[in-house]
Amino acid sequence: MIEIKGLTKKYGNKPVVSDVSLTIRPHAITSFIGPNGAGKSTLLSMVSRLIDADTGEVLLDNKNVKSWKSSELAKRVSILKQSNFLNVRLTVRELVSFGRYPYSKGRLTPEDEQYVEKAIEYMNLKEIEDKYLDQLSGGQRQRAFIAMVIAQDTDYILLDEPLNNLDMKHSVQIMKILRQLVDELGKTVVIVLHDINFASVYSDYIVALKNGKVVKNGPTDEIINSEALREIYDMNIPVQEQNGCRICVYFNSHT
Amino acid sequence: MRSNIVKLIVLAIIGIICILLYGFYDIKGGFDYAFPRRMMRVGAMVVTGFAIAYSTVVFQTITHNRILTPSIMGIDSMYEVVQTLIFFFAGSSSIWVVNQYLNFTTALAAMILFALLLYRTIFRADKYPIYLLLLMGMIIGTFLGSSVSFLQVLIDPVEYLSLQNLLFASFTRIKVELLFIASIILLISFILGYKLLHQLDVASLGRENAINLGVNYDRLVMQVLVLSSVLIATSTALVGPITFFGLIVANLSYHFFATYRHSVLILGAGLFSVIALVGGQFLVEHVFEFNTTLSVIINFVGGIYFIYLLLKESRAAG
Repeated sequence: MIEIKGLTKKYGNKPVVSDVSLTIRPHAITSFIGPNGAGKSTLLSMVSRLIDADTGEVLLDNKNVKSWKSSELAKRVSILKQSNFLNVRLTVRELVSFGRYPYSKGRLTPEDEQYVEKAIEYMNLKEIEDKYLDQLSGGQRQRAFIAMVIAQDTDYILLDEPLNNLDMKHSVQIMKILRQLVDELGKTVVIVLHDINFASVYSDYIVALKNGKVVKNGPTDEIINSEALREIYDMNIPVQEQNGCRICVYFNSHT
Repeated sequence: MRSNIVKLIVLAIIGIICILLYGFYDIKGGFDYAFPRRMMRVGAMVVTGFAIAYSTVVFQTITHNRILTPSIMGIDSMYEVVQTLIFFFAGSSSIWVVNQYLNFTTALAAMILFALLLYRTIFRADKYPIYLLLLMGMIIGTFLGSSVSFLQVLIDPVEYLSLQNLLFASFTRIKVELLFIASIILLISFILGYKLLHQLDVASLGRENAINLGVNYDRLVMQVLVLSSVLIATSTALVGPITFFGLIVANLSYHFFATYRHSVLILGAGLFSVIALVGGQFLVEHVFEFNTTLSVIINFVGGIYFIYLLLKESRAAG
């Protein structure tokens, strides 16, 4: 279980995340939503030890992530950030194989190869596994990076805006795979999302941030309604029900 | 992977041919005199070649930049400072110059101390981005360079000529004992550095991905910086400033091997260094008969290669 206790991060004098405490529920998708600059990505980076918090702590199984051995933590928690520009030329398969580094330290065992193979199949990358990443479209590349995280086989998967720059088809594809990871493999997914409707349709829990503070935290049903959304986004957002999904129709909203 | 091993073997064979050619070509009369001397130069070239290949490749990995060399940290400038100060205050006939051990150890100690001071006190890897360190190194290096040229203007012209001798890379004035000491330092660094190679492979995915995969990235950066400073300092103290060609051999290796594996990249760059240095030295001694220097030849050939690379890349992009 991941517990976040009183996390604060300041850049200069400006607090980006201030005194955030929450618990990530296991075996579910939790979405972080909120306006630009709310501190969603910073919070996710602190949870995954990419950046240090000024105060507060993140506990994984009741132990501070900073006192975990980095290589052990890499077997429990994985993080994928939004920009994935690489300086090296790698094939899809080579990239996915890197996901096994925490276990193999660079020398893949047959068992590692199996995980890599499975991850590649899971993300439908079999046909392009020998292609170089710079030959791929944005969507394919994003899938390759997610396959790496799947090969890493961690209980917790943290994703920072994985749908950035993806078209509708690929966005849906990736969200469905995340759903499968939770439902079939029992993973815990934490995801920063910009598109509130993807959050509404696919997540179990939503954490809404605003000005570095948690303003709403609860099951998706409790957050996706006009009153709660007004508080988060300062905007009138009508919610319509369609085939059992709650869709926010904000495109022509009056504030 | 297999084709890369073939390529490495081919490069190694070319390297050996260069060494044999250099060792045996035109060796009239005093074989017993000339051959050991030539082999000692070859030894120095192999040692410095690998030192520069290693430090340049790993430095470029942690800075995520393929047109930088570790000389940006100002380590070479520190060498110039030490030698100039020695000539300025003690003179060319003092023990600091005449005794090569003393000169070697002083220069080596000053360069390593400078690098460590820079990393430990001014810069903390976990607090600031690496570009700040590079900028600091560059500014301090430039500052040292300018102060030194001021001192050089004041030095007696005859003294200055013999100082200049030390400030150009040369393989012809090496003492065998120094080569021995340098080889031991470099061997230890290589053994320590070997354990970092897999971590460096992961580091080429960028800081965030590397941390995700369990690499202690900030510590790795520190280790790599210290290690490559020791390598640069040792090779500079041995033969003079020669980091310039690290850029060429590292990029040749990236281009030729097209892999992310540092074991292959570094070995390849090292072999390219040996070919360039030994082949270049052969040209200097036997074709140009010492009318030019090794750095001129390497920069000339390397420059042509870079223009070729630029033209090719721009055509591919267009």
